[in-house]
Amino acid sequence: MSKPVKKFDDDPNTTGHSWDGIEEFDNPMPRWWLWTLYATIVWGIGYTILYPAWPMVSSATSGALGWSTRGDVAAEIAAVEEANAPMNAKLEAAELTAISGDAEMGPYAVSAGSAAFKPWCAQCHGSGAAGAKGYPNLLDDDWLWGGSVEDINHTISHGIRNEESDDARYSEMPAFGRDELLEKEEIDQVVNFVMSLSGDAQDPAQVAAGAVVFEDNCSACHMEDGTGDRSQGAPNLVDAIWLYGGDYAALSQTVNNSRYGVMPAWNSRLTEAQIRAVSAYVHQLGGGE
Amino acid sequence: MAIVLMQINAFTAHVLQLKLRIYGFHAAKRIAGDMVKGRNMSNYIKLIALGLVTLFAMIATNYARDLAYQVHAIIVMLVAGGLFLYTLRQTGEAQVATGSLQNEYFDSVVRAGVVATAFWGVVGFLVGTFIAFQLAFPALNFEWAQGFANFGRLRPLHTSAVIFAFGGNALIATSFYVVQRTSAARLWGGNLAWFVFWGYQLFIVLAATGYLLGGTQSKEYAEPEWHVDLWLTIVWVAYLAVFLGTVIKRKEPHIYVANWFCLAFIVTVAMLHLVNNMTIPVSIWGSKSVIVWSGVQDAMVQWWYGHNAVGFFLTAGFLGMMYYFVPKQAERPVFSYKLSIIHFWALIFLYIWAGPHHLHYTALPDWASTLGMVFSIVLWMPSWGGMINGLMTLSGAWDKLRTDPVIRMMVISIGFYGMSTFEGPMMSIRAVNSLSHYTDWTIGHVHSGALGWNGMITFGALYFLVPVLWKRERLYSLSLVSWHFWLATIGIILYAASMWVTGIMEGLMWREVDANGFLVNSFADTVAAKKPMNIVRGLGGVMFLSGAIIMCYSRWMTVRKAPAKESSLTVVVPAE
Repeated sequence: MSKPVKKFDDDPNTTGHSWDGIEEFDNPMPRWWLWTLYATIVWGIGYTILYPAWPMVSSATSGALGWSTRGDVAAEIAAVEEANAPMNAKLEAAELTAISGDAEMGPYAVSAGSAAFKPWCAQCHGSGAAGAKGYPNLLDDDWLWGGSVEDINHTISHGIRNEESDDARYSEMPAFGRDELLEKEEIDQVVNFVMSLSGDAQDPAQVAAGAVVFEDNCSACHMEDGTGDRSQGAPNLVDAIWLYGGDYAALSQTVNNSRYGVMPAWNSRLTEAQIRAVSAYVHQLGGGE
Repeated sequence: MAIVLMQINAFTAHVLQLKLRIYGFHAAKRIAGDMVKGRNMSNYIKLIALGLVTLFAMIATNYARDLAYQVHAIIVMLVAGGLFLYTLRQTGEAQVATGSLQNEYFDSVVRAGVVATAFWGVVGFLVGTFIAFQLAFPALNFEWAQGFANFGRLRPLHTSAVIFAFGGNALIATSFYVVQRTSAARLWGGNLAWFVFWGYQLFIVLAATGYLLGGTQSKEYAEPEWHVDLWLTIVWVAYLAVFLGTVIKRKEPHIYVANWFCLAFIVTVAMLHLVNNMTIPVSIWGSKSVIVWSGVQDAMVQWWYGHNAVGFFLTAGFLGMMYYFVPKQAERPVFSYKLSIIHFWALIFLYIWAGPHHLHYTALPDWASTLGMVFSIVLWMPSWGGMINGLMTLSGAWDKLRTDPVIRMMVISIGFYGMSTFEGPMMSIRAVNSLSHYTDWTIGHVHSGALGWNGMITFGALYFLVPVLWKRERLYSLSLVSWHFWLATIGIILYAASMWVTGIMEGLMWREVDANGFLVNSFADTVAAKKPMNIVRGLGGVMFLSGAIIMCYSRWMTVRKAPAKESSLTVVVPAE
């Protein structure tokens, strides 16, 4: 039923078993294979004596070397922290404006700031700091709350519209539609006016009426000429840079329901030196004032 | 319920056979007449059971708390209802006694398994290739397909399709074939083997639809929810019964090594499946369930399962396949019986402890992590025992590499097996793992094993099986096999090499620090840097998939066009 197995004269003996024509040679195990197996076993026994390995009644053996993964990581972190301690102390004592000019502190702050920015800030602002819808671009010179290194430092330390820090930056735009502060018609007019400030209005006929609505309701924060007010975080409306979008739909949404962008306060999560480093890093990205 | 009934059926068939021997032909004929009535009787029980299942599924459809569960209830309702109608039509009809068939091997279920393996293989490779391109081009996560065809939903579909649908069907089909040949006995349990086959396909459909609709317990390689797990348990116990039953009634004095591996695979997978899926359903009408293990214990159980799914599903099971098809195709005896015994027991004993190496540098205590690493390294030689036995079996038949592309496939599969079983222990070393963990290196390692070892040995076994099962003299075209071989091999090399490069690059970028010890790269930087290698990986997938499609065509043409074998060579179970 099955093809006969090919055999040669110098073939070793078989075990005499045969299944569906399959036979087995009675070869010994290859020596090198067996000795390597023994060697790994011996090595394994030695390794488990040196490192934490065998579970006992209430805890496991801790190993002759006293090594542990947590100890390993803690030692690495401690070494870096120790090496950087003098620099961090200098950073904390220095004037914020003096950091970038300092030959030693400047480059240090940029690499430390960049390292802190990547895990903590990149989620919202992007790893290149170019931002996304709802999260400001940090590369341009359009700042909501100010672009000096002190302003940036305050924003990072205390955040925006959060409940963690009493010094958080705070302001709130009224929800003109939702809270019925303006009529639908008036919202349509003011949105067209705002669009006309930086480009084409969707419906030019509404622009003139919108200017009146703007004057009465918006100019207190966004200023009469629409250039905004950094002390209130009120965006500049004439520069064609939009946080939530500058088309009719996005602006209607903003005017109707307002926006409430939040940023956490970092002073409870990062060290003072880290916050200063991030401030210096963001300041030198391109738009710092 | 259905399984018990089928076993009763199988048992009665067996009893019939026994009586045949005791009373002689005439008496048996009379008994067979009584059997028809008995069959009808069991049909009534079957009808009641199927009716109840259909009814329960209808109620479940009505009360379902989530879409995945509801769709599953509808599928079960349709299947059980369809079987109910089918059984109803059969009841009362005269049944043909199965006496004559008992003398032949049960190959129809193996043929179905070969077709299912090829089908699910192509599906799994296709999904894999697509998600590879989704990683290179995120825009392929189409907006309109969010929630069912984004990467997160398709990835478990891919892994389960290749491991459980392609690999599982390959294992069930080849183990059914091998256990019959090497035991010289027809499959035990009669139609129970068909229950295993169709029950397993139903499991695959339930698992796949569940993933797409969000019915997942988020355990890697064990994503199906509790109701699907319960069904798989029933099917798996039936599989064990068929396999073990056949081994027990074997006519050979010894159990062949392939069957040791298969039995180890079936028993251990049953144990892993039960322990890792110990969940309490939130509601009997919903797919959500809560695992009984908590925290790091849950993680440890999951990776004990996950690693041994590799060890027993993808290694032991496929070694069983290798131990039969390589000596058959090479027409040479197995290299060393002693080696097969020692490496079998060493492999079985050591594999089960190696799981913690998936959890280095986590909340897992250091002692468990050390033991996982040590057992993984000691496992190196036992794994290589299979490679040595496979490759050395070819000594004296090396000339076949030039002429037989099927042997070439088997050899390269053993080669990839040896490479991945060296790479695995190496990656389990804590110092190496701190670089490789969470990177694409792991993905490359898994695929050189899965595509190279599991894929190629399966292709080889199936190329052997198709002419035998469909009684053809030879394969339709060896040059098509060669095409498949080269496309698949180059595809795997592109895949593995690109993932090694990108994995090591990723690991180095993550740990790169400047002179002051500050991290240099953000995570997104590493993602951007991987793009070219992600594209190469996708191209490797395209090649592997094309090879599989060529294989399907070549098999179809073998069945349709290759000259038939003479009927005198029909395989028959040796007389009792």
